[in-house]
Amino acid sequence: MIKEFDAVVIGGGPAGLAAALSLKSNGVKRVLVSEREDVLGGILQQCIHNGFGLHRFNEELTGPEYAERYIDFVKEADIEIYTSSCTIDIVNEGESKTVYLMSELYGLVEVKTKAVILAMGCRERNRGNIAIPGSRPSGVMTAGLAQKLVNRYGYMPGKEVVILGSGDIGLIMARRMTWEGAKVKAVVEVQPYPGGLNRNIVQCLNDFNIPLYLSHTVTNIKGNNRITSVDIAPINEYREPSKEEQFTLTCDSLLLSVGLVPENELSLKVGIELDKVTSGPLVDANLMTNVTGIFACGNVLHVHDLVDFVSEESEACGNAAAKYINSTLTKGEEIPVRTGNLVRYVLPTKVEPGKEALLSLRTMATAEGVTLYIKSGDEVLYKKKHKKIFPSEMQRVLIKQVPADAKKLDVLFK
Amino acid sequence: MFFLNKGENMRKSLICITCPLGCSLDVEYDTNHITKVDGATCKRGEKYAEKEIFSPERIVTSTVKITGASIDFLPVKTDKTVSKKIMSKVMEEVFRIKVKAPVKVGDIVCSNVADSGANLVATRSFRGQ
Amino acid sequence: MSTNFDVVVIGCGVVGAAIARELSRFKIRVAVLEKEADVSFGTSKANSGIIHAGFHSAPDSKKAEFVVPGNRMFDKLCEELEFPFERHGELMVAFSEEEIRILHTYYERGLQNKVPYLEMIGRERVLEMEPALSPDIHAALFAPTAGVICPYEFCFSLVGNAVQNGVKLHLNSKVSWIGKTPDENFEIETANGEKYSTDYIINAAGLFADEIASFVGLNDFKIHPRKGEEYLLDRRVGSLVKRVIFPTPTKTSKGMLVIPTVDGPVMVGPTALDIDDKTDFSTTREGLKEVFHHAQKMVPEIRTNDIITSFVGLRPSPSGGDFILGKTVVEGFINAAGIESPGLTASPAIAEYIKDVLIKEGLRLELKKDFDPYRKNKSVRVRHLIDERKFDEFSKVVDENKDYSILVCRCENVTEAEIIAAIKDGHTTLDGIKFATRAGTGRCQAGFCTSRVMEILHRETGIPFEKITKKGEGTEIAPYPLKKGGVK
Repeated sequence: MIKEFDAVVIGGGPAGLAAALSLKSNGVKRVLVSEREDVLGGILQQCIHNGFGLHRFNEELTGPEYAERYIDFVKEADIEIYTSSCTIDIVNEGESKTVYLMSELYGLVEVKTKAVILAMGCRERNRGNIAIPGSRPSGVMTAGLAQKLVNRYGYMPGKEVVILGSGDIGLIMARRMTWEGAKVKAVVEVQPYPGGLNRNIVQCLNDFNIPLYLSHTVTNIKGNNRITSVDIAPINEYREPSKEEQFTLTCDSLLLSVGLVPENELSLKVGIELDKVTSGPLVDANLMTNVTGIFACGNVLHVHDLVDFVSEESEACGNAAAKYINSTLTKGEEIPVRTGNLVRYVLPTKVEPGKEALLSLRTMATAEGVTLYIKSGDEVLYKKKHKKIFPSEMQRVLIKQVPADAKKLDVLFK
Repeated sequence: MFFLNKGENMRKSLICITCPLGCSLDVEYDTNHITKVDGATCKRGEKYAEKEIFSPERIVTSTVKITGASIDFLPVKTDKTVSKKIMSKVMEEVFRIKVKAPVKVGDIVCSNVADSGANLVATRSFRGQ
Repeated sequence: MSTNFDVVVIGCGVVGAAIARELSRFKIRVAVLEKEADVSFGTSKANSGIIHAGFHSAPDSKKAEFVVPGNRMFDKLCEELEFPFERHGELMVAFSEEEIRILHTYYERGLQNKVPYLEMIGRERVLEMEPALSPDIHAALFAPTAGVICPYEFCFSLVGNAVQNGVKLHLNSKVSWIGKTPDENFEIETANGEKYSTDYIINAAGLFADEIASFVGLNDFKIHPRKGEEYLLDRRVGSLVKRVIFPTPTKTSKGMLVIPTVDGPVMVGPTALDIDDKTDFSTTREGLKEVFHHAQKMVPEIRTNDIITSFVGLRPSPSGGDFILGKTVVEGFINAAGIESPGLTASPAIAEYIKDVLIKEGLRLELKKDFDPYRKNKSVRVRHLIDERKFDEFSKVVDENKDYSILVCRCENVTEAEIIAAIKDGHTTLDGIKFATRAGTGRCQAGFCTSRVMEILHRETGIPFEKITKKGEGTEIAPYPLKKGGVK
């Protein structure tokens, strides 16, 4: 089957939905959203906890509620939706692109389009990536998979749980498993600071007296059929575990919350260059990748903490893509955005002088009493003091207008 | 952290959980009211401090069994915070509840769940099949 | 009440499977008893997959006797059974003059073993063949007849064809007792309560072959587990090398290889450590360090960052160091045990040998007229069609069967049609489906496809969701259903 659209959005999660709506509201006529699951909403559908929407809707919503708001907008907006539709390839033909979809309903679909917005989200790092020594029993899985099994299917992967990684997914699952009757014995974190939001340390660990072991790691997995125990040890500054201080916790389940990686296999197929730090595409101020007409937003671009920022970013992306489709996208001179002291990455890496710039950035390490500066030469465009700043909390800064004579922007902490 | 000062004045460090900012609050209080809150970025932080010291409350989110929908479990939440003391009673109620599709987001699935003063509401809509 | 057979093969790794397939040519009743929930779940699943040229084995050993004939049989087998097989050769590399001398002894050995087309080549030619190899390499022994297969796919295809031709496969059938009846045939009892009677037993029980032998009073050999850790690298690293790369065996390097697997990703390893516990499948920090130290010496580009998964295999090391093949003092009990490397390569030749032993031992073998050497009902693998953008061809496949348009494993491009075919073939565990289809072996390590595969398995077989296992009973994925809404 061959179809033609003006824009194809790959992924029907919060990023894809916001981008599609923005395309529509900017006058793009034929918009297609291709979603591989059988429903829209992406990962939000399994995030039944709250904490979403405070910025976007001024309300505290659960994941499914946030998703449903956008799904309702999209239903009213004359946007074509294919669910159970997996995008397997994109071919760049210059002025147009061809997107290949495997649709449960339509079989193989060839879609000709002017623009593509990548919104595929991310995948979880797993045991293989971190090479935990030990046996290969059942009961070891990523926290996200456990979340899906518990929340969507209604099955618990274990009753005595150890969680490796104190990112939000791990913390949320610590509480979720406890609420559904499991005993969560520990959360183990390799860094000296927690990976997730502080509020989750309180409401997911402290509330249930679940111990958090910072600067520790799991050194061994035991169990032939099902996992029976894990060895946990403190680590030194070289990440070497201490055998003398090693201890064992019995468990029947080990959940891994050890990081997210933007899912860019499709992007690589079409020749998109990735940023080694974010693992997402390198983009300009319009969130366009190095392939003209292909844009990226949301977790596929860089891992976000708050879905509200995903929506904001994706709206801006849809805006830019719409301009591109209507041939009104002006690409002026771009200047680089440079990372300075303590800054892990800034996105985008290029901005246009004279225009607005929305910058996202993360710090490299936990720091106290530092000030974030964004400078153009000696001119300070933005300055904010932070009592404490964590790598797990993305900062968003809106520069209303980049000076017309700016040669580069520096982002740094002092 | 807990500091015992002279007389009845006490001090505690809290993390506010009202929003994802998670401000660190320094709270001074006596036996029945808050005397000082430092570190809050907004008024909600002060309100949180008072509740957290004297009658901590939480929103409860979970799933209940649903029949006639495309999946078997409906995500739900309490529409207000409930006292930490009865969180487990609320969870027991959650286990007992059964809902039949169709259901709309916001529908009350159990009013005044476990006598908490909060309703348990659906957080997702499902059509009947 | 026991079921009667002419031959029972105990153990369904590659050896048992090859023997079963060979015997399925004849008008005899054959059963295979496998203790795990699927075939190839023992040592064979962790095999490196190398079809050796044969210069490693000591001349005069049984290993040498069977490796070269076995190697030759793979082209025909591949054509009949349709498993992936690439024959690009192997290179044993030398980093010094001393190592070149050792290389030469293997060259001579190879000639003695009648390994064809062996060559000793210099650095220039080595680097021309394999640009990713270390420039510190001085020379190499090149054996073009070596190749790579996927060991469990091979095993599945052998079993599939055997069953197609009438062999009875019994899974979850751990042998618990063997006795002799007054009529001088064997009575076998399995732990799941079944009984079998048979004239001949082939002992292909791998790690536990010594224990099976002791059931009939034979205690003349022991099997010691020899652990090997292997590490699989991300497909994106590329194949780096086209041929299997070995170091020259010295005291410290015990044959740690860089293997371009037939499915694409590079595999490095294995280690070789004698252990006591036949159930110890744990990877270790030391093993990882050892593997990468040796692998990086040969292919400097290899990084530990690129690891996507690791696993352990236990070699069934026989006392005596060579294959234990053939008849025993117990009439009708035939060994096919202690099959360490180059066992995979030798397996088809071993199967023919065992057939000959059976004839000598009095079993009358008459060829089936309707024996079909070609595997039937094999599901089409579409991953390469998608990778190579052969969309027209792919469309045709979808038109024949709509289930090919449903992608279940995103990383390896495995469709629902292939999952269903694997389930119909008898693979009812996640690992079995993984080995049969590659679903779950990719970058996300089954993070996305696990729940989908479980849904399909439940739907196709009726197995309750909470009873679905990773690799058999006791390894359930999500064993505790939330009993909500008044469900008991």
